[in-house]
Amino acid sequence: MIASIGLEVHVQLRTNTKMFCGCPNRYGGEPNTHVCPVCLGYPGALPVINAEAVRLTVMTGLLLGCRINLKNKFDRKNYFYPDQAKNYQISQYDQPLCEGGQLEIQLKDRTKIIRITRIHLEEDVAKNTHFGDGSGIDFNRAGTPLMEIVTEPDMDNEDEAFAFLTALKQILAYADISDCNLEQGNIRCDINTSVRPTRESPLGTKVEIKNMNTFRGAHRALAHEIQRQIREVQRGRAIPQETRRWDDDAGVSSSMRTKEYAHDYRYFPEPDLLPVELTQTQVDTWAALLPERPPERRERMVRDYGIPDYDAGVLAADRAIADYFEKAARLSGKGKAVSNWMMSEMMRLLTATGQEIGAVKITPEALAALVALVEAKTINQPAAKEVFAVLFEQGGDPQQIVQDRGLVQVSDTGAIQGLVDQVLRENERSVQDYRSGKEAALQFLVGQVMRISKGKANPQLARELLLKAIGS
Amino acid sequence: MAELTQLTLHETLDALARGTCSSEDVTRAYLDRIAAVDDRIGAFLHLDRDQALADARAADARRKAGQGGRLLGVPLAMKDVLNVKGHPCTCGSQILKGYVAPYDATAVARLRAEGAVIMGRLNMDEFAMGSSNENSSYHPVRNPYDLGRVPGGSSGGSAAAVAADEITASLGSDTGGSIRQPASFCGVVGVKPSYGRVSRYGLTAFASSLDQIGPFTKEVADAALLTEVMSGGDPLDSTSVPGPAPELLATMKQGIRGFRIGLPKEYFQGGMDAATEALVRAAVKQLEALGAEPVEISLPHTEYAIATYYIIATAEASANLARFDGVRYGNRIAGVDPIDMYEKTRSAGFGNEVKRRIILGTYVLSSGYYDAYYKKAQKVRALIRRDFDEAFKTCQAIVTPATPSAAFGFGEKTGDPLQMYLSDIFTVTTNLAGICGMSVPCGFAGGTLPVGLQILGPAFREDNMFRVAHAYEQATAWRGKRPPLAVDAGRTGA
Repeated sequence: MIASIGLEVHVQLRTNTKMFCGCPNRYGGEPNTHVCPVCLGYPGALPVINAEAVRLTVMTGLLLGCRINLKNKFDRKNYFYPDQAKNYQISQYDQPLCEGGQLEIQLKDRTKIIRITRIHLEEDVAKNTHFGDGSGIDFNRAGTPLMEIVTEPDMDNEDEAFAFLTALKQILAYADISDCNLEQGNIRCDINTSVRPTRESPLGTKVEIKNMNTFRGAHRALAHEIQRQIREVQRGRAIPQETRRWDDDAGVSSSMRTKEYAHDYRYFPEPDLLPVELTQTQVDTWAALLPERPPERRERMVRDYGIPDYDAGVLAADRAIADYFEKAARLSGKGKAVSNWMMSEMMRLLTATGQEIGAVKITPEALAALVALVEAKTINQPAAKEVFAVLFEQGGDPQQIVQDRGLVQVSDTGAIQGLVDQVLRENERSVQDYRSGKEAALQFLVGQVMRISKGKANPQLARELLLKAIGS
Repeated sequence: MAELTQLTLHETLDALARGTCSSEDVTRAYLDRIAAVDDRIGAFLHLDRDQALADARAADARRKAGQGGRLLGVPLAMKDVLNVKGHPCTCGSQILKGYVAPYDATAVARLRAEGAVIMGRLNMDEFAMGSSNENSSYHPVRNPYDLGRVPGGSSGGSAAAVAADEITASLGSDTGGSIRQPASFCGVVGVKPSYGRVSRYGLTAFASSLDQIGPFTKEVADAALLTEVMSGGDPLDSTSVPGPAPELLATMKQGIRGFRIGLPKEYFQGGMDAATEALVRAAVKQLEALGAEPVEISLPHTEYAIATYYIIATAEASANLARFDGVRYGNRIAGVDPIDMYEKTRSAGFGNEVKRRIILGTYVLSSGYYDAYYKKAQKVRALIRRDFDEAFKTCQAIVTPATPSAAFGFGEKTGDPLQMYLSDIFTVTTNLAGICGMSVPCGFAGGTLPVGLQILGPAFREDNMFRVAHAYEQATAWRGKRPPLAVDAGRTGA
């Protein structure tokens, strides 16, 4: 049996204000404090389209290779529910902002294209909370801009769906389209799944699982749902068209409603709004401001900085990290060295301290200067690590830190020769070990030179002088 | 000097400017007049006497301080469908009982900015659905010219209050004739501006693509002033047309010599009361005497107008009225779950005509019927609009009766909704086409019941319409006529 999965991904857009009124589009706040007559659906209040939300949706469409409908419109989707202030949602029905398009996802051994059906803009609903003795509705979220991305049923399993969501999130974060904070519900999805015997068979009856808040949850729900459907079919049962709810704690899904109870949304054009008319010039202007997408950036960074593809992939995954890297790499001219610092110390310390790259004290300028100090052999690698740690913790100028801590590498042959002589005197046993073929003894001797130099000796020079003294 | 309550808006402004009376005097006179006659008329749903007097005193203080305002100190009353901050706004319905508006409609805010004193809430058909005011869930409004007859609807309170000298001018809303028809029945001036001319922000929606706010006044100049003040683009209403208000007071006096006045042949093909037709034909003669040239025009899709109107208006209304669910404001009747609460609240809160239209509108939008009804109605609407575009290529304004007959009696049409709907036959096309229209008094059927002349102008050519209306008004004696009620009360009242 083969599963076919299509997603409807709801993305909260990063705008200052709500979709149709001037209230702040901000997560949290005391309940019902970011509200006005418009988003509360008061008598006589009228919607006005948020132009920034339109721009962000068009940007998303451009990033996903969609066709932008210069003429599009909003419609009313009618249904009664307490989280809906007007008991209709302003959405886009038959003329969405974007149609067509695709997103490439990364699987273990290959990439795969997932087709995008459409992207439209609508308003989010309020949040219901149930108490022991009643229910409360918080309208702070009501009317915030929500972009819905609908895919074709191109994903075969839960891993592909997960990869799609991950890749989509990366692009949305890259272009500052959404904060992409899953805990705050910035990205939620409905999943449509069906199974069929072979790829040649027509699609099976689809089952919709509503309102998944995490990618992990979507993955688990899908794994469960696909197995459930296969079991049903193998037992000779038909899959009814229905909407199901996933209980992530219990790891089971249950039916919400079947087709007979499907809503008739009675869509019709929103008479309070004029159709949206964009110009090609406007769209072109926005297109020119599109950020490079992660896959292209990865390739370019390999070319521009001569770094390994794997490193480029890791760095390009996050726009802020990639920006940081490129700035430091350009300043220092040593892309590979900068990449090494990013991949090792920077990533390790970011993870350990839970900091964002945008908030770190070590500036790209300081990192470039640190790389220069190493390249010039002013300091050696262990000293550089120490300096990096100080920069990460406190910031500042690497040169100054090297001075203050007396970390300047000793590369004076005379001075190091004295140390080498001392080490040879005190470690005759190791000298003999080396001469009898124990290569590791040389490393020990270099280590001793470093120890008595308090880490300041140039290790290459120490090694050369040692070899010269004990012969090879 | 005449009674303060008999003054037109301009006369009131003159009196205030000369200092012969204060805003408090005028407001007090209206409050007394309302106290004296409104138990017979039933125009007001709500009146805050103390607040009105306080606002009037504030206006007097502004005048003393040398501050201006085109409406400074003039009391005005609002149809109960317009949001005025701190005032109730029930839309004539039980479902909004207890709702107090937290904001001002843009039109109201603009009147206030010019110094108007906003006083009282005027009765109406529930949610502006009706042509007789018999659908008010509170009490009926009576026609000041004949208390046994309806004042028209849905803005019946707004028209009757002006006719009965309870206020010098008021605002109403017109979705299919709800200003022009009651203006005609009550013998006052009523204007429906072009769609997009006056912001709808704060007007509780009946049918969003048809609704417009407009004034009721005692003379054309007053209506021109109020239309000017309220007009102009509003960032809060995307369907309002950007740009400044039209200059109507300055242009309306230019006369109509050489104007071509269109007479739609489809409107004069029977179905019209003989007395009404005679008065309208006499009015056309008068316009001719003023130098205009009557021309016959054709609006071929007129016969589809009522059906088209009732599909589009009810479809939009079915969604617009969905928000009245008892969750956030107004009446709530508890239920075992949200759906039960909605059903109980809406069953008890809406009257029969509102329910009928919600059901109609829900039906025409439902899956499988959308194309046959709503979509087809939109196509016919485009044809009706084109009819007017074509017609206005050959004339500057169109003249028709505002209504097929003068005011009818209570209960005469309540048994047959279709008969009631047909009383809008001459007015609905204006809203479908988005053009402007107004009704001005043109005489009395049988010598007692007012009849209105409807004047239509192309979209955003209110200036044409006002030129015709003003010229006609100045040449005839209908202005200043008042119902016998006013005379009685004038003798015995304040």
